[in-house]
Amino acid sequence: MDSLSPPEERDERDVILTPPPPVRRILVDREPQAVAPPPNGQRPQPGGAAVGSSPVRRPDPSLGPKVERMRADDVRIAYGAKEAVRGVTIPVRQGEVLALIGPSGCGKTTLLRSFNRLVEITPTASRTGVISLDGEDIDTLEVTALRRRVSMVFQQPNPFPMSIFDNVAYALREQGSGRPGKAELLPDVRDALQRAGLWDEVGDTLDHPALRLSGGQQQRLCIGRALAARPEVLLLDEPCSALDPRSTQVIEELILRLRDDVAIAIVTHNMQQALRVADQVGFMYLGELVEYGPADQVFGQPREVRTREYVGGAFG
Amino acid sequence: MTSTAAGQTPAGGPGGASPPIDSPSSWPLVDRAGYYAAWVAGLALIAIAGSILVYMAVKGAQYFDLGLLTESPTADLDQSKAGGFKDPLIGTALLTVMAVAIAAPLGVAIAVWLTEYGRPAGLARAVESGIEVVAGTPSIVLAIFGLLVFQNQLLAPFSFEAEGDAVFGRSFIAAACMMSLIALPLVVGATREALNAIPGHVREASYALGKTKAATIRRVLLPAVRPGIGTGTALGMGRVAGDTAIVIVLLGGTLQITRGSDDVFGLFRGTGSTLTSYVYLNSPAGEGQAPEKAYFAAFVLLLVVVALNFAVTRIARGRKEAAWTR
Repeated sequence: MDSLSPPEERDERDVILTPPPPVRRILVDREPQAVAPPPNGQRPQPGGAAVGSSPVRRPDPSLGPKVERMRADDVRIAYGAKEAVRGVTIPVRQGEVLALIGPSGCGKTTLLRSFNRLVEITPTASRTGVISLDGEDIDTLEVTALRRRVSMVFQQPNPFPMSIFDNVAYALREQGSGRPGKAELLPDVRDALQRAGLWDEVGDTLDHPALRLSGGQQQRLCIGRALAARPEVLLLDEPCSALDPRSTQVIEELILRLRDDVAIAIVTHNMQQALRVADQVGFMYLGELVEYGPADQVFGQPREVRTREYVGGAFG
Repeated sequence: MTSTAAGQTPAGGPGGASPPIDSPSSWPLVDRAGYYAAWVAGLALIAIAGSILVYMAVKGAQYFDLGLLTESPTADLDQSKAGGFKDPLIGTALLTVMAVAIAAPLGVAIAVWLTEYGRPAGLARAVESGIEVVAGTPSIVLAIFGLLVFQNQLLAPFSFEAEGDAVFGRSFIAAACMMSLIALPLVVGATREALNAIPGHVREASYALGKTKAATIRRVLLPAVRPGIGTGTALGMGRVAGDTAIVIVLLGGTLQITRGSDDVFGLFRGTGSTLTSYVYLNSPAGEGQAPEKAYFAAFVLLLVVVALNFAVTRIARGRKEAAWTR
């Protein structure tokens, strides 16, 4: 369903835009605005020329105060002798979306993976500096407990080869506890899938294999799975890079809906995406956090030359 | 999409436009020779496989006698009255199941250790070499080695002791243990391959949900590689059902199934035969001199092994459905 839009939506879009070319993955990063208008419905500026008046959502002042959930303090991560992250200090707050941007290999994914200590499974990796979750040093937390509080969605949709229900239930089942039955877990599974915006599509087919879903549905299932244990922080590592534009749009809308419930940090290569979803942007280059600030400032009036070159180059 | 289609059209090689690029008639002589040789080899294989099946089917049908399947072999000078091969049939089934029951869990455990742990690296390499050695050892060598092991006084409970404490060293248990070494590398190989086919980010997704490595293996990886385990096990069963040397040496050479003791383990401690040893003994090479029985038994054996191979193909096809995004 994600690769072929329902007819009514296609008609609607045909009015606004020239018909999109047949969906090909390679187009996603290049021209997302051609098929995925920003969630506020505004038409994107062709070529994103006027960045100052770009359709960045202003943070809604009616939202509750931003709560800092995570904080990295002078974090350095090295793979063997190669330093991937060099002294980064950055907060992750609930109520706003943090986007980490930067060229490939700049350390943004490594930084993200250090938030749930996933970077530790790389044997050569070493980290210094303090990362805290609600004021607690994450190194003092039990790693499985930490990862239930700081959840992650990956670049590739990776549902487990089991039913849709079991994918979500897997995240709910506590380590070592008895296996709660299906009826017991159903309310939570349903809740997770609703938050991920997938319930309406799969509510009747929970026992179907998750790997038969479309790519976009699979990724939303992964988001639902990540949300199931009610984490405080959701880490998204280029969650849309394997998806078509329509699915990308659905997931971006989902991210915006979720940002008040959970602190969100997203790594993306796609600057239009950062512009559409982020409130705060961190630009990383060669392992350093070159610039951090509100999205419209980083994109509109970058302070650093490197940011300006990267942001400007990408906007043509 | 039109641009893609145009891009795929060959832009016209140096030879000009006319013959389509994949027509062998335009190829150099060497390439053409290789091409036709490949065809001949493929057709020859079909012909050989077909003639084995047809020959065995004709011979099997010629000596077709359902009674043979249900009669035990008996001792008789006149082979035409010497019974059927019910015992060898049971022996094949029993030995195959026993061998696989040993090899499958062991093989899966080895494969999981190698792919998911595999540290220290030196030990992992040693395990890999060990599997290769086992896979490369001729079954007659395994058989002789097994005899050496199971004649040890300490292993007397696995066969039976003759008078004077001589350990016989031949039994279903002894044969199944050695047979399991034939199936083991196949189970390890297929399971490893399936585990390696699971992208790393699937494991990470499980860790990222707060799961331990053990939980990930048990709840995510093992269910995912079940078709791989099935493939390896079915391949192993085919090899075990078809092996002769271990049966001749380690199963005791009694055509009838003979219990080793009167307790519940008697059957496993006892001796017997399988279709392979029955075929050998009744063929003109053996003592039985009843080729008609050998042919029919061989046909039944062939059906069993071919059926197992078809099962492998089916299982392997089922595996393709679980396709991850890489």
